[in-house]
Amino acid sequence: MIRPARQPLTVLLYLATALVVLRGTGTATEELPTFFVPPPPFSEGIFPCSECHADMEVNQKPRELTEHTEIAKSFKHSPQQRWCFDCHNPDNRDVLRLANGDLVTFEESYKLCGQCHGTIYRDWKAGVHGKRTGEWNGKKLYRLCVQCHNPHNPRFKAIAPMPPPDTPLLIHNQKHSGGSIRKNPLGKIE
Amino acid sequence: MFYPIRNFFVVLKTVTKGNGYYYAWIACLATLMIIGAVSYLKQLDQGLIITAMRDQVSWGFYISNFTFIVGIAAAAVLLVVPAYIYNFKPIKEIVLFSELLAVAAITMCIMFVVVDMGRVDRLLHVLPLIGTMNFPSSLLAWDIIVLNGYLALNLFISFYALYQMAHNREYSLQIIKPLIILSIPWAISIHTVTAFLFNGLSARPFWNASILAPRFLASAFCSGPAIMMIIFQVIRKVSKIEIDNKAIFKIAELVAYAMGINLFLLAAEFFKEFYSGSVHLAPMEYLYFGLHGHTTLVPWMWTAMIFNITAFILFISPATRENFLTLNLACVLICIGVYIEKGMGLSVPGFVPSTLGEIYEYSPTLIEKLVSLGIWSTGALVFTLLVKFAMPVYTGEVRFYSKHGAVR
Amino acid sequence: MNANNTDDKLEKTFTRRGFIKGTAASAAVLAIPVGSTDASVWQSFFQNNFHEMSPEELQDTIHNLAKKYREKYQADFTIKTNGPRPDTLFGYGLDLSRCIGCRRCVYACVRENNQSRDPQIHWISVLQLKKGEKGVSDLENANMYYAPDEVPEDGYFYMPVQCQQCENPPCVKVCPAKATWKEKDGIVVIDYNWCIGCRFCMAACPYGARHFNWGEPRIPKEELVTETHYLGNRPRYRGVVEKCTFCIQRVRDTPGRYPACVEVCPVGARKFGNLLDPKSEIRYCLEHKRVFRLKEELNTSPKFFYFFAT
Repeated sequence: MIRPARQPLTVLLYLATALVVLRGTGTATEELPTFFVPPPPFSEGIFPCSECHADMEVNQKPRELTEHTEIAKSFKHSPQQRWCFDCHNPDNRDVLRLANGDLVTFEESYKLCGQCHGTIYRDWKAGVHGKRTGEWNGKKLYRLCVQCHNPHNPRFKAIAPMPPPDTPLLIHNQKHSGGSIRKNPLGKIE
Repeated sequence: MFYPIRNFFVVLKTVTKGNGYYYAWIACLATLMIIGAVSYLKQLDQGLIITAMRDQVSWGFYISNFTFIVGIAAAAVLLVVPAYIYNFKPIKEIVLFSELLAVAAITMCIMFVVVDMGRVDRLLHVLPLIGTMNFPSSLLAWDIIVLNGYLALNLFISFYALYQMAHNREYSLQIIKPLIILSIPWAISIHTVTAFLFNGLSARPFWNASILAPRFLASAFCSGPAIMMIIFQVIRKVSKIEIDNKAIFKIAELVAYAMGINLFLLAAEFFKEFYSGSVHLAPMEYLYFGLHGHTTLVPWMWTAMIFNITAFILFISPATRENFLTLNLACVLICIGVYIEKGMGLSVPGFVPSTLGEIYEYSPTLIEKLVSLGIWSTGALVFTLLVKFAMPVYTGEVRFYSKHGAVR
Repeated sequence: MNANNTDDKLEKTFTRRGFIKGTAASAAVLAIPVGSTDASVWQSFFQNNFHEMSPEELQDTIHNLAKKYREKYQADFTIKTNGPRPDTLFGYGLDLSRCIGCRRCVYACVRENNQSRDPQIHWISVLQLKKGEKGVSDLENANMYYAPDEVPEDGYFYMPVQCQQCENPPCVKVCPAKATWKEKDGIVVIDYNWCIGCRFCMAACPYGARHFNWGEPRIPKEELVTETHYLGNRPRYRGVVEKCTFCIQRVRDTPGRYPACVEVCPVGARKFGNLLDPKSEIRYCLEHKRVFRLKEELNTSPKFFYFFAT
C-alpha cells in the first residue's frame, strides 16, 4: 500500500542507496556468479520497508519486538549473539548493512551472509554449495542464500521422506493383477 | 545312402525296445519333461519375475544346478586318467559310459543357462562373427567355448567308438587317443572356467577366493564318479556288460581322495573366515550359522557337511568301500552333499549379504523347481537313450548294416 | 577309413547331435514371438550391436524403435543418439554432510528415466547408516527401507548409491555379448536391444547399481518422458538390465543440462561436472574437500565421489 505523496521520494532514496552500494562495496575483484534466479523471496507487500519505516523512530535497543512477531517469535539465527540490526540497516530498511558499515541491497544479500559463513560463501561462489539447476557447462542457475534458507530461522526442518523401495518379495508379477500403475510421488515433470 | 537309413532304424529299434521297467522309466521322464516344458513356457510368457530371483540375488536355482552339473561333466576325466594314463584296464573298458554321461551333462548345462536368460531370443548375440562375443575378457564367453568344445569332443569320441564297434571294427587309437588325452585338460578347464566365472568377481568376496577353483574340481571329482558308480551297477544289471568290481572300487578310492581334499579345502575356508573374522565372514556365517536371524540355509549346509563327512569315511575305508550297500549309500550321500554345497550353498551366499549389505533369502519357486526337474529329466532321458544304444553295441548284440551285410 | 564310412558317420552323428542341440535351440526359437514386445520381430532379431551400426543402420533402427514405441505407448518418442562431447569426462560429487535421505533424487530419476513403476525399479538406492559405527566400510548395517515420518533422523546419516560410472568397470569386463561398454565421456551404457539378460554384470557390480527387468516394465502413460536417448532413458524391455546413465539424454545436449537427481535435490548435496575442466564444480570438490569413493580397494575407479563439504 503505497501512499501517493511518498512514492517519488521512496524511489529516489532507493536509487541513491543502490548507487552507493554498487560503487562502494569494495569487493570488485572477486568472481561473482553470472546467472541468478528471480529476486529475493519477500513476503507479499513487505517491500519497500521504508514505506513504514521512513517515518518511524529508530530504537536500537535489543528487545522483544511487538511488530513482525511471526519473525521475532521464530527467530533462531544465533539469537543470543544476534538481533535485527546486526543485518538490517536501522537508517534505511530497504538495504542491509555489512559489519564494516557498507550497505548492500537485498539482491546481494549473499555478501552479508558470507561475512560470517565464509567457507560456505567460498563454496557457493564456486557453485559447490547449494541446489544446482540449469546447464552444467552453460547457464548454471545460482540461488540467493535466502531462497533456500530462511534468514531468520535458517536451519532446514526435517521433512517427510518419499516412500521406501519395494522389498524383493513385494516385486511380483503385475501382468495379471490389473489395476492402475502406482504414480510417482513427485508427480510429473513440469 | 541306403545303409544309414537302415542303421538309423537299428538305432531307433534299440532305444525303443525294452522291458516294462524301461518303458516305465521313459514314461516317468517324459512326464517330468512335459511338466518342465509347460513351466518353462509359463516363464517365457510372464518373465523371470515368476522365479524368486531378484536384483539382490540375481542368480539362483538354475545357475546352482548348472554349476553342479558342470562338475559331473568334468568328472569323466576321473575315469579317463586311470584308463589312459595309467592303463588301468578295468576302467579302460568303461570309459565310454562316462563320456556319454558327460554328453548328457553338458546338454543339461546348456539348457540351464538357456532357461536362466532374460532374452533367449537374443542367444545369437554372444556368438563370435554372428554376434559380438566378448572374448577373452568375459568368462562367460570362455565358458561357452569350452563347454561346447567339450560336448563336441565327447560326442565325437564316444560316437566314433560306438560307430566303429557297431561295424565290428577296432577304433583307431591314432584318432581317438590324442582326443582323449586332450579331453583331460579340457575337462579340467571346463570346471576351472566355470569356477573362474564366480572367482573373478571382486564384488563378491565369498567367491573372490583363490580356493574356489580347487574346491570346484575336488567336489566335481566326488559327485560325477559317484553317479557313475551307481550307473555302472545298473548297467551291469540290465545288460550283459561285465564291469569288474575292481573298476568300481578303484573309482571309489579316487572319490575318497577327492572328498578328502574337498573337506580339507572346506576346513581351510572355515579357518580363514572365522579366524580372521573380517566383514567378509558374513556369507559363510549366513550359510552355517545364520545372519541377523536369517537361517534358511543353515540346516541344509550342516546336512551337506554331515553327508560329505560320512561319505568320506565310508569311501576311505576299504571295508565299507567294497561293500555294495555302504558304497551305494555313500554315493547317494555324496551326491546330495555336493549338490547342496555346490548348488545353493555356492551361488546364493555369493549374494548374501548383497553389495549394499542387504539380506534377501532366496528360495526357489515352484516354477523354478519344475523347470529344473524337467531339465534333469531331459538329461536323464538323453543319457538313457545313449546308453540304451551303447550297451548292446558294446556287448556285440547290435550291429550296423554295411555293404558287407549285417554283421553279428 | 573309406569315404563311404565317413559319410555314414557324419550323417549318424548329425542326426543325434541335431536332436540334442535342437532341444536347446527350440527354446530360443520359441522365445521369439512369445513374450516379446517387439512388433517388428525380424528387424529387431537382425539388429546389430549399437557399436557396429553404420549411420544408416542407426537411422533405420531409431525409426523402427520410434514406431514400436508409438504402437506400444501411444506417444511420440524422440530417440537421440548424440555421442560423447570431446574433452569431457563426467564426474559426480555427493555431499554426505548434506544428504537428508529424503529420496527425492530417487523419484526424480524414476520420473526422468522412464523406470518401471510396477514392478518397481529404482536406479538410486539411499542407504541409511548409523553415525559413529563402522561407517561406509561395512555396509552390513545399511538399511535402504527406512520409512520414518521425517528425515533426517538423529544418529543416522544417508548415502545414496547409484551407478558409479567406473573407469575400470567390472560389469563391462564380464558382459559376454558386449552389450555394455564405457563411452568416451566416461558413462557406462547399455544397448537394451543387445542385452541377453544373463545378469553376469549384476553379479559383477560391487555397488548393486544394475537392475533387471524381471517382469514387463509398466509406466503410467501420463508420466512418460518422450525425449530420450538410445543408450539412456528410452523405455526398456522385459529381460534386460538397466542402470543410471548420468541422464545421458540431458548431459550430452548442447548446452548440457544437469542430471535430474542433481536438479531436484533440495539441499544441494549433488554435484556434477566435467572432470577435465579445471574450473568445474566437481574439480573444485576434488581439490578442496575430503573425498572418497566406495569400495576403493576393488580398483574399479568410480567417477562418483563422496565428500564432506563441512
